[in-house]
Amino acid sequence: MTAEITPIKTAAESGLAAAFAALRGRLPDGAVAARREAAFRRFEAQGLPHRRVEEWKYTDLRVLMRDAKPLAGAPDAGARARAKAAGGVFAMIGARRVVFVDGAFAPELSDLAALEPGLKISSLADALSRGDPPPLPPLRAGEGRETERLAAAGPAAGDVAYELNTAFMGDGAIVEVGAGAEIARPLHLVFFYGAQRSAAVFSRSLVIVGAGAGLTLLESHEGPDGVDYQVNTALDLVVGDGGRLNRIKVNAEGGEALHLATLSATIGAKANVSDFAFLTGGLVVRNQLFVRCAGAGTTLALGGASLLKGRQHGDTTLLVDHAAGGCEGRELFKSVLDGASRGVFQGKIIVRPGAQKTDSRMMTRALLLSEDAEADNKPELEIFADDVQCGHGATSGALDENLKFYLMARGIPEKEAEALLIQSFVGEAIEMVPHEGVRDVLMAATLRWLGGRP
Amino acid sequence: MPAVQETVERVRLIDVDQYKYGFETLIESEKAPKGLSEDTIRFISAKKNEPAWLLEWRLGAYRHWLTMREPRWARVDYPPIDYQDIYYYAAPKQAVAPKSLDEVDPEILRTYEKLGIPLREQELLAGVARRPGGEAADGSPERARPVAVDAVFDSVSVATTFKNELKKAGVIFMPISEAVREHPELVKQYLGSVVPVSDNFFATLNSAVFSDGSFVYVPPGVRCPMELSTYFRINERNSGQFERTLIIADKGAYVSYLEGCTAPRRDENQLHAAVVELIALDDAEIKYSTVQNWYPGDAQGRGGIFNFVTKRGHCRGHRSRISWTQVETGSAITWKYPSCILRGDHSRGEFYSIAISNGRQQVDSGTKMLHLGRNTTSRIISKGIAAGHSNNTYRGLVSAHRRAVGARNFTNCDSLLIGNHCGAHTVPYIESKNPTAVFEHEATTSKISEEILFYCMQRGLSQEDAVALVVNGFVRDVLQQLPMEFAVEAQKLISISLEGSVG
Repeated sequence: MTAEITPIKTAAESGLAAAFAALRGRLPDGAVAARREAAFRRFEAQGLPHRRVEEWKYTDLRVLMRDAKPLAGAPDAGARARAKAAGGVFAMIGARRVVFVDGAFAPELSDLAALEPGLKISSLADALSRGDPPPLPPLRAGEGRETERLAAAGPAAGDVAYELNTAFMGDGAIVEVGAGAEIARPLHLVFFYGAQRSAAVFSRSLVIVGAGAGLTLLESHEGPDGVDYQVNTALDLVVGDGGRLNRIKVNAEGGEALHLATLSATIGAKANVSDFAFLTGGLVVRNQLFVRCAGAGTTLALGGASLLKGRQHGDTTLLVDHAAGGCEGRELFKSVLDGASRGVFQGKIIVRPGAQKTDSRMMTRALLLSEDAEADNKPELEIFADDVQCGHGATSGALDENLKFYLMARGIPEKEAEALLIQSFVGEAIEMVPHEGVRDVLMAATLRWLGGRP
Repeated sequence: MPAVQETVERVRLIDVDQYKYGFETLIESEKAPKGLSEDTIRFISAKKNEPAWLLEWRLGAYRHWLTMREPRWARVDYPPIDYQDIYYYAAPKQAVAPKSLDEVDPEILRTYEKLGIPLREQELLAGVARRPGGEAADGSPERARPVAVDAVFDSVSVATTFKNELKKAGVIFMPISEAVREHPELVKQYLGSVVPVSDNFFATLNSAVFSDGSFVYVPPGVRCPMELSTYFRINERNSGQFERTLIIADKGAYVSYLEGCTAPRRDENQLHAAVVELIALDDAEIKYSTVQNWYPGDAQGRGGIFNFVTKRGHCRGHRSRISWTQVETGSAITWKYPSCILRGDHSRGEFYSIAISNGRQQVDSGTKMLHLGRNTTSRIISKGIAAGHSNNTYRGLVSAHRRAVGARNFTNCDSLLIGNHCGAHTVPYIESKNPTAVFEHEATTSKISEEILFYCMQRGLSQEDAVALVVNGFVRDVLQQLPMEFAVEAQKLISISLEGSVG
């Protein structure tokens, strides 16, 4: 059209604008007021993304996010009581729990005793109300203290969900692992939605793994069924040279929840980073990973398994930016789609000029179990260096009838045969997780999901 | 893996400075006034002696075009096009329409001879080998099968050969402007039925101002007795070429169609916005091959053709089949996505592409396979090679409709980078709404079957030889899709080894 299209604001957009205006000055601000303001202006300029916005092509928030919920208040006693059982999925691991209820840090439910040397855990809200400079990630890994890196922008900068998070961020964890410290006990960030009515939660965490340090980070998100709450969570991650981080995120949000999650990671040289997302919960979920390999010789393993049914919409969007050479990337994402669910995978690998010897492989597979399920895959490559090996593969299809027949011919009932095949399909992705106990937890969760199939 | 030396040499040989068809033919021509308006469209329509319905159709397209915006989603970057600074109609000046080749300006005939396309049938029959876009062939007699040619020079078709032989078989092959007058019922029924008037910015522009192109109708059960081809030549300065091709294969018919294109070497950018529509009814098959060799601009990116083309085939009937093969080496900007709508049950769509970019060329090309019918199959094989400062993008969509039971797609796209100033990109969209649809997409050379490699190596081949053997075998597969006349030219391009490919 020749005339500039002025989109009419959706209810959600107007709601967000009103909420932001009302909250001005009431959020823990400190030095980030300007930052919030700028982020919200950037959001306002774009509005909620829709299908004409390439990055959000398959997740049309103008349609999927009908309204903006009010910001969640302080959790009541009931919510706090229910939160005690939250994150039970990782109970067997014996991890150190850091609990957030309705987005607010709950020290009384967290285990902050006897922190290992080199490990520091604090709350974002505290840092903000003390007026500390905003803890935003640095441009380059391993430089100075996080609070000194004011103007730096992470790889997720500019993304709508991330900008909204910056505008509204309330609380979250600030975790620092000092250089060379190897933290053996996994750290578990528990995010629990305990309110009985609809509200919105914006949590923002920052994890800094120093040079040569190591950490296993667990993250779980859960909430009640039947409440249409909204979660926008973001994690800024910085891994220094030679650092090791294994992150496993379990999304078991309530059946009506909207969950937008952003990982904004900057990784130094010769580091080893893995990330795995296990998704069964929520109604509309978008898990987006922005990973920037800023140093050479890093190994990256990103994976995920999405098990969806009913009207669930699960979107995994990935952007791996190889800014330095000699990195190895392995990505494997699987989705099992039942009912009228929709699985979306968008993965983009960028190899910048000069990032020679990059070796990056991405695979995405979708298994459609029902007539009404839908799988959309968009694996992208953007390559500006000639001495690299990059590849991607994408498949989608139903269960192999021959394999099913083989099992049934050996006396295994149809449903069990299907379950076995799905289990092995998902299992291939779960195998990527380095922590054995966590692998068992995820396999068990897969079985539970299969058990719940009609 | 970096590219091997042989590959680098081959690509250098077809670099932008090596463009061989950049000469200009000096003839007097007749042009429409510069710029685009309803008057321009009335002028073109009057020149073509068109019926009123077609003029209305054009004007409707133009009015809709005024409300549209130029698409910006492709990975191509070019200065804004001034649509008022283009001649939309340019034709060699002639007192009367030529009745036979003898009346055609000899200068034009010489131009086509220089391009390797003799238009005189006796020469063709005498065994003068021809290859669109190529220099003289080695002339071996078995190559000299007759090929019917429609030669389009700027905005008009100057000659169509073998019309009578084709008529005997019942095949209609003529410029579309003639078809409008002689077979209005067919044109009216099918024109715009695959690429609707409002389809996209460039297709709508084409609908408003298209000047000539080829029309093919193959009646039921007829296997077209010879290859049909159209050779497009842009000659006039500041002009755009907007051709429109419409090919209909009726029930059980078969036709193979070739397209070649070249343009003079100039510092200005010229616009080429074509629309090609293919329609295959029950059991029909259409093979469409292109060797696109428009002037690519010089090494600094000055000049060259902006090639914005909409090509779409509609497998309307059951068991119909449409196959696109393209070898893309020319144009400064290529924006082209030959697609297949697989509506008929058991229909099949194919897309074989080799896109080579060099200098400052930008290619954004690919395909769409839309599976609508039951048990439809499609296959996409795309090879992109980027050298110099060029950018080469594959952009493709494979989708299965909810009712597309048993849809099957296999996609393979490889790209190769030569040098570190170019870019290769892959943007596939894979959308499945049916559980029985099986889609596979791969973009890596490491997918050569380990078993085959093992088999070869077990018999004493080194790994490199084994890979070369497999790759050559695979490339030959693509080559075989090309009609013989094109194969030689393409062979030269494709003999480029794919070692060192990246996704």
